[in-house]
Amino acid sequence: MTLQSFLFYFLAIISVGSALMMVTRRNPVIAALYLILNFFALGGLYLTLNAQFIAFIQVLVYAGAIMVLFLFVIMLLNLGDVQLLGDKISYKKIIAVGLSFGLLMELIYIFGYARANLPASRFDKSVDLGTVENIGKELFTTFLFPFEVTSILLLAAIVGAVILAKRKLE
Amino acid sequence: MDIQPYLLLSAITFVIGVVGVLARRNAIIVFMSIELMLNSVNLSLVAFSAFLGDVTGQMLVFFVMTVAAAEAAVGLAIIIALFRNKQTVNLEDINILKW
Repeated sequence: MTLQSFLFYFLAIISVGSALMMVTRRNPVIAALYLILNFFALGGLYLTLNAQFIAFIQVLVYAGAIMVLFLFVIMLLNLGDVQLLGDKISYKKIIAVGLSFGLLMELIYIFGYARANLPASRFDKSVDLGTVENIGKELFTTFLFPFEVTSILLLAAIVGAVILAKRKLE
Repeated sequence: MDIQPYLLLSAITFVIGVVGVLARRNAIIVFMSIELMLNSVNLSLVAFSAFLGDVTGQMLVFFVMTVAAAEAAVGLAIIIALFRNKQTVNLEDINILKW
């Protein structure tokens, strides 16, 4: 077993386990903490795929900024304990789980189909692919226009968040 | 190492997120499940990027993360506004648009 596959299975177990814990927890704060664990595991998985820049952004932006926002809102709202996933088994939940299982089967089928048509793996040549240098070069040449549009998107999000969270609009 | 385990992991995490969105009634946990789904798609994008030797997948992940940050800010503002009006984030009680 190579180091990459060992790291993959280790991080994959953490990732799936923390995702399951996140969905089934009663307290939103604990669910948010499990989600942070999941994001850290995903950051590690990105490192096994030679995507260093994305791995750092994952930890900085997701596990750092976005989850702090979530935790702030949860604590601001001061929610009591809410219903657990298995507390009240209703027909809606059974249908939801059944539909999700069907979706999983479909995804596995599609990925199996895509696997047969994939070109030969070029993983050995992807060592320099995700470095900050390479990402920056691509970002400011090929993807310059989407990058600039992103700034407008962020401005719209800031304005929208401020207006929505305001108590009264004059 | 093959690409298949990465895609399988991505599919499993995505489906866990779908279960969270469909079965949970707490708006914040539904919202976190959506973040989980976004992340699982990011994982398959990075996996394809690495195995095809093409950087485009990683650029796409970069933009997905920006959109996710904007979505989190606006969505949480909506949840706060909702809580201020209804004193609850339980999706069963938020039903004024229900026919």
